[in-house]
Amino acid sequence: MNSAPLMAIRGLEVTFGTSRVVHGIDLDIAAGEALGVVGESGCGKSVTWLAALGLLPGMAATSGSVRFQGQELCNAPRATLENVRGRRIAMIFQDPSSCLNPVRRVGPQLVEAVTLHTNLRGDEAKTEVLRLMELVGIPDRAARFNLYPHEFSGGQSQRLMIAMALAGRPDILVADEPTTALDATIQAQILDLLGRLRRETGMALIFISHDLGAVSQVCDRIAVMYAGRVVETGAVTEIFAHPRHPYTVGLLNSIPRLDGGQDDLLTIPGAVPDPSHLPPGCAFAARCARADETCATAIPPLRGDGAAVACWHAALPNPSLREAALA
Amino acid sequence: MMSFALTRLLRAFATLMLVITFAFSILRLSGDPAIAVLGPMAPAAALNAFREAWGLTEPFWVQYSKYVLSIFAGDFGDSMRDGLPALPLVLERVPATLSLTIPSLILTLTIGIPAGIVAALHRNSLLDRTVILAAVAGFTVPSFVVGLVLVLIFSVTLGVLPSGGQGSWLHGVLPIITMSTVSIGLVARYSRSAMLEVLNAPYIRAASAKGLKWRDVIRLHALPNAILPLLTIIGLMVGSLIAGSVVVESIFSWPGMGRLLIISVAARDLAVVQCILILITVLMVCANLTVDLLQAWLDPKSRNKAHA
Ligand SMILES: Nc1ncnc2c1ncn2[C@@H]1O[C@H](COP(=O)(O)OP(=O)(O)OP(=O)(O)O)[C@@H](O)[C@H]1O
Ligand SMILES: [Mg+2]
Repeated sequence: MNSAPLMAIRGLEVTFGTSRVVHGIDLDIAAGEALGVVGESGCGKSVTWLAALGLLPGMAATSGSVRFQGQELCNAPRATLENVRGRRIAMIFQDPSSCLNPVRRVGPQLVEAVTLHTNLRGDEAKTEVLRLMELVGIPDRAARFNLYPHEFSGGQSQRLMIAMALAGRPDILVADEPTTALDATIQAQILDLLGRLRRETGMALIFISHDLGAVSQVCDRIAVMYAGRVVETGAVTEIFAHPRHPYTVGLLNSIPRLDGGQDDLLTIPGAVPDPSHLPPGCAFAARCARADETCATAIPPLRGDGAAVACWHAALPNPSLREAALA
Repeated sequence: MMSFALTRLLRAFATLMLVITFAFSILRLSGDPAIAVLGPMAPAAALNAFREAWGLTEPFWVQYSKYVLSIFAGDFGDSMRDGLPALPLVLERVPATLSLTIPSLILTLTIGIPAGIVAALHRNSLLDRTVILAAVAGFTVPSFVVGLVLVLIFSVTLGVLPSGGQGSWLHGVLPIITMSTVSIGLVARYSRSAMLEVLNAPYIRAASAKGLKWRDVIRLHALPNAILPLLTIIGLMVGSLIAGSVVVESIFSWPGMGRLLIISVAARDLAVVQCILILITVLMVCANLTVDLLQAWLDPKSRNKAHA
């Protein structure tokens, strides 16, 4: 990581009323990379990226720094954020069917995005919309241009949302659990689509998911989050082969395997702590077999370069990596 | 769409029949028109002659079927007080009532909806709290209290506006304000919650995420969606304004349908009361029917169902 990152998040904190749900996130996003963000429900995956784009409701207090190509986005004026959204950083969401305005036709909603981000107007804008619909694999485009959102399936709606996101030719696409609401075959198609689009357009992809399997399919790098913190980051292959944080180990063990069957499925014991009653030390300590007194009293910092882990008792890094670092 | 319209029409007709039946029975069971019209001291012979003349001695069911049949023939009966046909007597009062209800409806929509929407857009601000407070005050204080307070201030104390009767447009000011406070309050509150619900919808966040300016998000995605549920409320408002005219016209001695209703009920003037109730029902049913059809036509989901 020698060139300046496309996007740099430093010490991002988000508080709803009295409960802090994101506790200082540090992340770099390089141009064109695919970063997977994983973690159990409620660990702050969505909030982190909504905060980065200023999309949280007014009662959320955000602090820290989010820089896109050097431009500060955290608590930036509305006009700055509006110029970045869609054009530099686009975002798609978990529930595609409710992300399109139900009382307006789909075509005009896409045209809206195209006219917002390009100089195309009228028929040209419509042609561009049809091109985008083709790009994301919507069949029978001309006829479906004038349909309403409820006339599309969940998978097709997500394709439409992706088409809308592509209208601004963004540098980063944040996909917040884009396949969670879809059934398995459709999930795989959307994952393929996202992977293909990334290769074709060269945009960076932030893929938020609690499905490590899906993440390993589309991403180069993973950030594992727990209770509002990043607890481990690294290359996908490294993390799968040598997970260092006990939470990552737990997550990997809970991926269902084709050969294993339900009995072999290990789940992490215990539950995610309530964000408003976090322990003074490591938030994972109560569920961790390696925990000791240090873990109960002091929060482990995220240490390491490129591959980093936040644990007082992290497993040693992969020996070959260590040698490579020494050489 | 056709079958939808047809079921709505049938339902409207059923409502009308229910009101006719109800008005007919209650009035007949709750007092003797002969005594009400001729007075309690009238001789028994005169009372009997009166009952005979108005067909009140016939069995209930005979009276009822005769009445319903004559309504469909366009005959609403005669007023018992002066023997004139009831329908023209009532219709001649309609313009006076409309001259209060239509301005009130316009005021309700032009003040209530914007106030609610602005409050929702500035949720939890001082402005929002003020609107909520005013709205709740508006629809909880009974309109006769509002009317009397207004008369005390503007007619009795300041002497700038007339306290009753019909003459210049100034006579309409206090009745119209009195009549619209309740509905402005209700509409403001409903608009606020309809708008808040829309603002929380995922498609609003998605519209912001694609880079639309906040102003355009509101204009293109929030307002059209918030108006849809409001249509129902607007239909109900028409009804509540007409009902409100009974009270308001009595306070301000306004010669409309509402005041005629009060007078006729007191006098047990059966034909007139029934005629007014039927007319009011027809108005309310028509308002709701229009709103239902408009809503079905504007909402793509129900429009598609109708095509299928
Ligand atoms: N609008 C809000 N108001 C209050 N608390 C919120 C709000 N949005 C999120 N939170 C809280 O913030 C925490 C993180 O939520 P977030 O949506 O980021 O979780 P997530 O990791 O995306 O989970 P999931 O996998 O379920 O989407 C949760 O505890 C949640 O309750
Ligand atoms: Mg989420």
